[in-house]
Amino acid sequence: MSLRVEDLEVYYRTLRGEVRALDGVTFSVADGEIMGLVGESGSGKTTLGKSLTRMDSRMRHVGGTVTLDGHELPIGDTEAMNPFRFTDVSIVPQYAMSAMNPTRRIGRMVRELVESRKIRFSSVRDELNRRLDLVGLDRGVLDRFPIELSGGMKQRMVMVISTLLNPALLIADEVTSALDVSTQRAVALALASFRDHGLVRSMIVITHDVSLVYQIADTITVMYAGRLAETAPTDVLTSAPRHPYTQLLISSLPEVGVRYGGKRLTGIAGSPPALLDPPPGCRFRDRCPLAFDRCAEQPPFVKIADDHEVACWKVT
Amino acid sequence: MLRLERVSKTYRVGAFGRGTLRAVRDVSFELRPGEVTSLIGESGSGKSTIGRMILRLLRPTSGAITFEGTDITGLRGSGLKEYYRHAQGVFQDPFSTYNPIFRADRVFAMIRQSYFRSVRDDEWGDRVVEAVRSVNLNPDLVLGKYPHNLSGGQLQRLLVARALLLDIRLLVADEIISMLDASTRIDVLNLLADLKERGLAVLFITHDLSLGNYLSDQTVILRRGAVVERGATEKVFGDPRHPYTRTLLASVPRLGVRWEDLPVPRIEGHECDAPPDEVEDDHFVACFDTASVHHGRKSESV
Repeated sequence: MSLRVEDLEVYYRTLRGEVRALDGVTFSVADGEIMGLVGESGSGKTTLGKSLTRMDSRMRHVGGTVTLDGHELPIGDTEAMNPFRFTDVSIVPQYAMSAMNPTRRIGRMVRELVESRKIRFSSVRDELNRRLDLVGLDRGVLDRFPIELSGGMKQRMVMVISTLLNPALLIADEVTSALDVSTQRAVALALASFRDHGLVRSMIVITHDVSLVYQIADTITVMYAGRLAETAPTDVLTSAPRHPYTQLLISSLPEVGVRYGGKRLTGIAGSPPALLDPPPGCRFRDRCPLAFDRCAEQPPFVKIADDHEVACWKVT
Repeated sequence: MLRLERVSKTYRVGAFGRGTLRAVRDVSFELRPGEVTSLIGESGSGKSTIGRMILRLLRPTSGAITFEGTDITGLRGSGLKEYYRHAQGVFQDPFSTYNPIFRADRVFAMIRQSYFRSVRDDEWGDRVVEAVRSVNLNPDLVLGKYPHNLSGGQLQRLLVARALLLDIRLLVADEIISMLDASTRIDVLNLLADLKERGLAVLFITHDLSLGNYLSDQTVILRRGAVVERGATEKVFGDPRHPYTRTLLASVPRLGVRWEDLPVPRIEGHECDAPPDEVEDDHFVACFDTASVHHGRKSESV
């Protein structure tokens, strides 16, 4: 058992009250597993990633626990998280394009980062070179400034930096969404190779794109409005989804080969509820074609098969 | 309806404009009424530059763009205003298109001010309601709201409704759904398809091949400012000939096919500036070489 998240609640403080961005999220990630975390904007997927690494000042840890290899992480306490960050949990942030210090050559920036962890730069130098080779970057990038690199190169550089201390868990937040399709493929495959080479033990890949995580993830978890809707092995989730939201989401994807003339796709009418004082019961209720009286009660996240859990009254 | 003939655009770059960047090279294609044409390319391929030249926001360095026989590159004053009556654009970021201080329906009032000053209030109100309904929005829910009260999909559809108030014949849609969520983007796509059924010509600019494939009748694939392959969508996607097109198709993540099962063809050695040749009816490929590119067999359709 690598990561276990139990009933996690994280709220944002705003002037108008608390936004329940994560409202009781429970899941685990096994050793060596790549978990894809899929959701629309505002579903709480980035909040989840940030909660596991570094909460910003607006976020408040309200309840629930995060356990990594049997140790509980003090996620609500930024100071106490310091010893765990980068060595146990690490993140490739959403805007890797601007994650590097623009005033330093990349090599010097990495040296400063490593030394801030009380590690001698010379002891990681060989490893750094080996990983640059792994993601297909020239070693000369260390003598360059971030502005001299293309988007895909920067993204790969940040991936190398984030994983340099071999974290047990890596969170990759929308790492490919700003990249071109051909670069996207290279970066996503490089990410998966980090796990295959044992540089990181487990990984959570956060994205809005189901077809991207289908390529690299072992399991996929779908979030909707601050809660988990469904989690299942990749092939099960994409071929036989059970939650109505997952079903509609997957059926609204225009795949290569689907033509408007042949098969007209439909979207999901309506929009997700506001998380500032959300309505009780199932949060997908208003947009759900199967909704009935019982949906006014919150459906439990229950197991319906091995590794397959769903939060829907119609399924259980 | 709208024809681009050997259009090129060179930007001046660097300090004092000493450097030059050929953003678009020798691009020719045609937009036809009742058809969606998708212009597909990666970042920096010149796809937005082409869209902006068609909307006369930029002037081509060379070549001609003709709309129903008139060259639009030199239009100014009333001629340009007349052109905008028929040709309109919708762009990527719906949130920055609107002025957040004013209500979203101010975009309609601005159209009225420029083009329909003589229309009476109640008649104008009816026209707005009709346009909003035709983009599948409920007028009661969207009119009179501020941009921050509306979703991205609603804002984009309002911009299409704004274009429909004019006597629109050509719509340039530049990445209009890339900022929308998966569950709402398909409705905007379907709306573009409805427009084509009304006889409009739609230029759909995107980096997303699956969207282009879903929607369009014609496909133009751009690489570094030049057209590498174009033609009927089913031919370009069903039987891609240029290695770059095949690379793109192999790189799109899709459900049901793993990347391991789709090797990426190598594209080295395919640098050439020749314009596309017709390889079959309605299918043009640049630098097409039967021996080295195609290996004499029909490529797997993807």
